[in-house]
Amino acid sequence: MSFYDNYCQNKNFDLEGNFNSVSSASIQNILLQDNLNIAQFVALLSGEAQNYLESMAQRAQEITKRNFGNVIELYTPMYLSNYCDNSCLYCGFNLNNDIKRRTLTLEEVEKEAQFISSLGLKHLLILTGESRLKSPVSYIQECVKLLKKYFPSLAIEVYPLTEDEYTQLVAQGVDGLTIYQETYDEQLYAKMHIGGPKQDYRFRLDAPERGARARMRNISIGALLGLGDWRKEVFFLGLHAKYLQDNFPDVEIGISVPRIQPQVSDFKPICQVSDKNIVQIILALRIFLPRLGITISTRENPQFRENLLSLGITRMSAGSITSVGGHTLGEADQEKAPQFEIQDKRSVSQIKAVLERKGYQPVFKDWLYL
Amino acid sequence: MEDVLEIAGKKINNRLFIGTGKFSSYQIMKKALEEAKAELATVALRRVDESSKTENIMDYIPQNCSVMINTSGARDAQEAVRIARLAEAAGAGNWIKIEVIRDNKYLLPDNIETLKVVEILAKEGFITFPYMSPDLSVARRMVDAGASAVMPLGSPIGSNRGVKTRELIEIMVNEIKLPVIVDAGLGRPSEACECMELGCAAVLVNTAIAVAQNPPEMAQAFAQAVYAGRLAYLSGIPAAGKFASPSSPLTGFLREAKKS
Repeated sequence: MSFYDNYCQNKNFDLEGNFNSVSSASIQNILLQDNLNIAQFVALLSGEAQNYLESMAQRAQEITKRNFGNVIELYTPMYLSNYCDNSCLYCGFNLNNDIKRRTLTLEEVEKEAQFISSLGLKHLLILTGESRLKSPVSYIQECVKLLKKYFPSLAIEVYPLTEDEYTQLVAQGVDGLTIYQETYDEQLYAKMHIGGPKQDYRFRLDAPERGARARMRNISIGALLGLGDWRKEVFFLGLHAKYLQDNFPDVEIGISVPRIQPQVSDFKPICQVSDKNIVQIILALRIFLPRLGITISTRENPQFRENLLSLGITRMSAGSITSVGGHTLGEADQEKAPQFEIQDKRSVSQIKAVLERKGYQPVFKDWLYL
Repeated sequence: MEDVLEIAGKKINNRLFIGTGKFSSYQIMKKALEEAKAELATVALRRVDESSKTENIMDYIPQNCSVMINTSGARDAQEAVRIARLAEAAGAGNWIKIEVIRDNKYLLPDNIETLKVVEILAKEGFITFPYMSPDLSVARRMVDAGASAVMPLGSPIGSNRGVKTRELIEIMVNEIKLPVIVDAGLGRPSEACECMELGCAAVLVNTAIAVAQNPPEMAQAFAQAVYAGRLAYLSGIPAAGKFASPSSPLTGFLREAKKS
């Protein structure tokens, strides 16, 4: 059994039909409920629900406060390598893109670690492009060994691994796994991923489950919004998160809803996702899954990030740089092309000040090596 | 009247214990602890950051308030034991609230794993406070294993639903000789008062204070409610009348018969 079975069962779910049957009364009724079923989640994604964003926001805020309190966890990404074996149409690391590539040496990784930890950050997300050759698991393990000295919590966002490989990394001190399906639509997935190992939809889809079996503490999933119809993508994202929560109750499940941002290639989003849509998505997911972690990255602009804070966000990145070695390498050594452009370029201390002003405690440390 | 809760040689006057998560800032948390005159606060070791470039939660615990480390984040007995040992090694003392949660949806505790932790830590000299789903049999085993108190939940953490487990807690209060401390789910001062009226030794509150509009005032309100409930309990609450006193009693004929 895997989420793939669940996906197949729901592949032809009549979203439109369900949306059409949603009434104003049904939305109001849903907002009074505690345990939402799938149909009620779908109703919150409907066009009709757009008229109830304020009520949904009130409900979402109340749920978030009770479950998570007035705190926001901060983390930052560290890019170890941008070599990639895939050609994904929307990505700046696409192997066909003519960008400068590099993999950090361990000395460089340590320098970055020293710099990032000097900012007070304790939760690190390490990323690589998807190249088993240029950033093999053995290399990631070496980096983890080194980074553990600086960070009490380490998560990885790398190509999908086998369960054994995840188990090895967990044993070394990795506690979090981030892996986005990009699009849940299997046919669209094939169109977007035209070369490389990432073409294997199923191996990627099952990665969170392999990570959970390997005893990861936190697993974060996501869909890259702008590829398929967002309502459909978020429907499957919600189902996927629920499936993981149901089957791995001791793992903290989180989601992220990144939107396509400009990068090196001239890929334009296929579907538009407005700010209003993002708000509806976050609210619907929060009300559907009260204990779900929700991350908002620096892909979004400062003002929008601030406005989303009180709607259900639990984690945000700060001080992000999305290029390899971006914190410490000199201009000449740095490859210029990041995976995507970040919108919120404020420093960690600026983000901290904003959170405090908004009545949130910035949490820098929320785990420890055992 | 002196009324002191004594646990492992420590005398505690204030029976409101406060959890330190979820506050919007450490300053507000500190103010809440001060306003409530809290004598015991729980702190998650996962949040303690001695090396912090920013702030360490331990610096915001008022001087006259003791710290009990909790094992928040532990998914099994082994992890909880490790957290407790790390806490002691870090100088955070040996009072441990044992929290083992394998259920991220409702945050309900795993009584079986929790019992294993008590068995190990009590032998090592820790003062253990197991957080548990109210269950008399398991509570008895906790006592046998050397727990210093038991902490049944009123309702799920953060739910603010009050004492939904009242019947089970009442039984525990009647049968367990150790302090019974209701932890989790209390949403308002009246519910804390209710626990104290039932004879609980103390209550632990976090969410309801931390996410209130004015946490320091809410902390004070809880402290007063806990005091009121305790005082009522000690004063001997008259049993609520279950039957009416009818003017024409059903057994009146017995007295009629006597007269004749």
